[in-house]
Amino acid sequence: MHYLYFATGFAVLISFIANRKKTFKALKIGFSQFLHILPAFLIMLIFVSIILFFISDKLISDYLGNNNKYLAVLIASFFGSITLMPGFVAYPLCGILLMKNVPYMVLSAFTTTLMMVGILTYPIEKEYFGLKVTIARNLISLFIALAVALVTGISFGELF
Amino acid sequence: MIKKIGAIKITAILSYIAFISLSFIVGFAPGEQIGNNFKYFSIAMIKMLPCAFILIGLFEVWVKKETVEKHLGKESGIRGYTWGVLLAGTTVGGLYVAFPVAYSLYNKGAKLSVIFTYLGASAICRVPMTIFETSFMGIKFSIIRWSVSLPLLILSSFLLGNYLEKKKYKIMGRPSTQMAGKHEL
Repeated sequence: MHYLYFATGFAVLISFIANRKKTFKALKIGFSQFLHILPAFLIMLIFVSIILFFISDKLISDYLGNNNKYLAVLIASFFGSITLMPGFVAYPLCGILLMKNVPYMVLSAFTTTLMMVGILTYPIEKEYFGLKVTIARNLISLFIALAVALVTGISFGELF
Repeated sequence: MIKKIGAIKITAILSYIAFISLSFIVGFAPGEQIGNNFKYFSIAMIKMLPCAFILIGLFEVWVKKETVEKHLGKESGIRGYTWGVLLAGTTVGGLYVAFPVAYSLYNKGAKLSVIFTYLGASAICRVPMTIFETSFMGIKFSIIRWSVSLPLLILSSFLLGNYLEKKKYKIMGRPSTQMAGKHEL
């Protein structure tokens, strides 16, 4: 995370030395774009806070351990699609699930949908791309996640 | 700005705030937990977003439209997709940071199929995240994920992007949002 602050500070400094006026303009643009999308962010955060109350880590672990692998993959994609979790929370969780013998393919369905399919980021995505394209992109992402899960299952010998 | 949000959204946000405050006052545990979730994720984003938007601002001011058009635009070919994936690899955060960046790229003349590649890749190909992933799931897991998802992503972005270009689709069709993006540049 720190390298982001460092890089940003460095970029602003260089920009400021090169052209003071342009730098202020850049900050102004950044700020107004931020303000513009802020309501969508707020709504997303509200969704996230409520959804994560109903879908806890424990609930996810309970369901992903389902004996029927195919069903578990579908449930995993469902959870992955409707939740939002930073990687530093999701991967340790997956590491624990792996030790509980949850198949790799189930975890790959979960992590890939978690990253690619964003029902909770919908307020933001819709703001930029509109309803139809948002739905199309998310459906394609879901399909890709299932393909990844399938190949993962085959490669780890969990399917055949 | 308030007009743009709309009355329903304001009502929703206000009732949410009221519900959370009340929960903390009377000690209603589920409400408190929702409030804590909100706080946790807000802090995670506040750490990231200012930097992201400052960098977007600098990008808007310094990077010439011709440069983006040349490398990520209509004539860019395979190079455009390569740039899309490389840019995504260094993106921090998740999709929610990638959307505004994608919009800036689009304004500067990147083509739609590259934009969709960038978006998808910023979900699946972030390098710091992948390093973290391999430490928990093993390198085989990450290699499979990359080698299956990346080609599919580029193929689907190519098809979706070209289809939408033909349909004369524009990102951010809403008049209010278009104005916010132009900034007399």
